[in-house]
Amino acid sequence: MDRVVIVGASMGGLRAAEQLRAAGYEGELIAIGDEPHMPYNRPPLSKEVLAAEVTHAAVAFRLRDSVADVTWRLGTPVAAADLDAGELTLADGSTLACDGLVVATGLRPRRLPLPGGEDRRHVVRTLDDAARLRPCLTPGARVVVVGAGFVGCEVAATARTLGAEVTVVAPETEPMLRPLGPELGAALRARHEARGVTFHLGATVRAFTDTGVTLSSGADLAADVVVEAVGSTPRTEWLEGNGLDLSDGVLCDGTLRVEGRPNVVAVGDVARFPNPRYDDVPRRVEHWSIPTDTAKRAARTLLGEDGGPFLPLPSFWSDQYDLRLQSFGAPALGEDVRVLEGDLETEAVVGHHRDGRLVGVVMLGMARRMAHYRGRLLDDVPALT
Amino acid sequence: MKVIVDMDRCQDHGQCVFSAPEVFRLDDAGHLVYEADPDESLRDAVEEAADVCPLQAITVG
Ligand SMILES: Cc1cc2nc3c(=O)[nH]c(=O)nc-3n(C[C@H](O)[C@H](O)[C@H](O)COP(=O)(O)OP(=O)(O)OC[C@H]3O[C@@H](n4cnc5c(N)ncnc54)[C@H](O)[C@@H]3O)c2cc1C
Ligand code: SF4
Repeated sequence: MDRVVIVGASMGGLRAAEQLRAAGYEGELIAIGDEPHMPYNRPPLSKEVLAAEVTHAAVAFRLRDSVADVTWRLGTPVAAADLDAGELTLADGSTLACDGLVVATGLRPRRLPLPGGEDRRHVVRTLDDAARLRPCLTPGARVVVVGAGFVGCEVAATARTLGAEVTVVAPETEPMLRPLGPELGAALRARHEARGVTFHLGATVRAFTDTGVTLSSGADLAADVVVEAVGSTPRTEWLEGNGLDLSDGVLCDGTLRVEGRPNVVAVGDVARFPNPRYDDVPRRVEHWSIPTDTAKRAARTLLGEDGGPFLPLPSFWSDQYDLRLQSFGAPALGEDVRVLEGDLETEAVVGHHRDGRLVGVVMLGMARRMAHYRGRLLDDVPALT
Repeated sequence: MKVIVDMDRCQDHGQCVFSAPEVFRLDDAGHLVYEADPDESLRDAVEEAADVCPLQAITVG
């Protein structure tokens, strides 16, 4: 293999380049990115950096010395791929041949399928998104956050801390319901409400008006800023026409090889792969720990190494006000959710169980217990047949 | 090898501790303490710690 092309120049793409070098690959490496920026870290975009100043320097990833000779082609997306021919076509019409391909194109934010209000509507995925939103979060600004997942909750907390009047609108019964469960979700909501955030739950946005939004209930909310934090969809359109399963990200086997394609691997948010730690269902995992874990394995797969079963322990955190939520494992798979330690008013560890097995924990504070629970979940590897 | 943690950025996530416990640890108050001049043999572990720091606060020289 003489030339590996990485499509997507963010965390997953960078980690793939580093891991290919670490695994001994000495050939040419080209990374193609849609964004004009060198790889940077997204989590601060809804937290520290959004609260301060949005600059690339504040979020840039450190580059290992080993990737100094990677060619970065930034600012132009790949428009199409012909995997049989090993050829990529960029949006500017140029083409590029490759022997090996790493798919690292991540996600794009979903938008509300409603017209109107364009000048006040925002999403938060990229540095440029955050830079556009930041100046709008002024004291007294009326901010409506649509969606109560982690991005919505973090943006709400940051906007509120900056003095904005914040309302969260979401169809669920509690914020971050899926990863947290109803009890912890309610505790999280209480923290937001104590800071003055208003929630409209069980509600959706029906229309954008000249002054804000109309909810499904018929209520009108005035809004200077509307942040759409309603989830994301995988960016796989450039892979169409190659017979791949792109129904939710790109389907991979348990070694991150794209199904049926020996020279193609996928990493990060866009990769759908089974994790035998839980079961054989392929899933995408939108956690910051995943680009690094998948890149390590995918690099070795591309170079033809057999590394045994791939069983990453997903890890996720979220910061809202002075509150740190930390999760390990796959809490969303658990149906039996119980407080294992502490209490939800102060600090707690919440265990998510499936068929009696602890499959994930979410910690509200409790940093001193992190190593314990992480170790416990890490060591619990089912017998593999 | 020189290790520098930008303590203005560090938020005591402790992820570095999992990768390189010989170099990083959290004290009793939950704050990061680290070895600034660890042995070269720990380089791989320290590089990994720098990768997994959510705030990208660790520089390796
Ligand atoms: C605001 C925000 C806050 C977050 N906070 C947390 C957190 O607190 N904790 C946590 O665990 N996780 C968090 N995450 C999730 C984490 O950042 C992601 O899991 C991670 O960024 C995934 O990296 P990736 O490289 O797979 O995808 P991405 O970072 O999405 O990168 C994909 C890159 O590919 C590029 N691209 C797409 N299509 C093409 C194409 N056709 N050609 C060329 N380039 C293309 C895109 O422009 C993008 O730069 C957060 C995410 C966001 C957006
Ligand atoms: S991982 Fe980063 S933020 Fe966390 S303790 Fe280590 S240096 Fe600090």
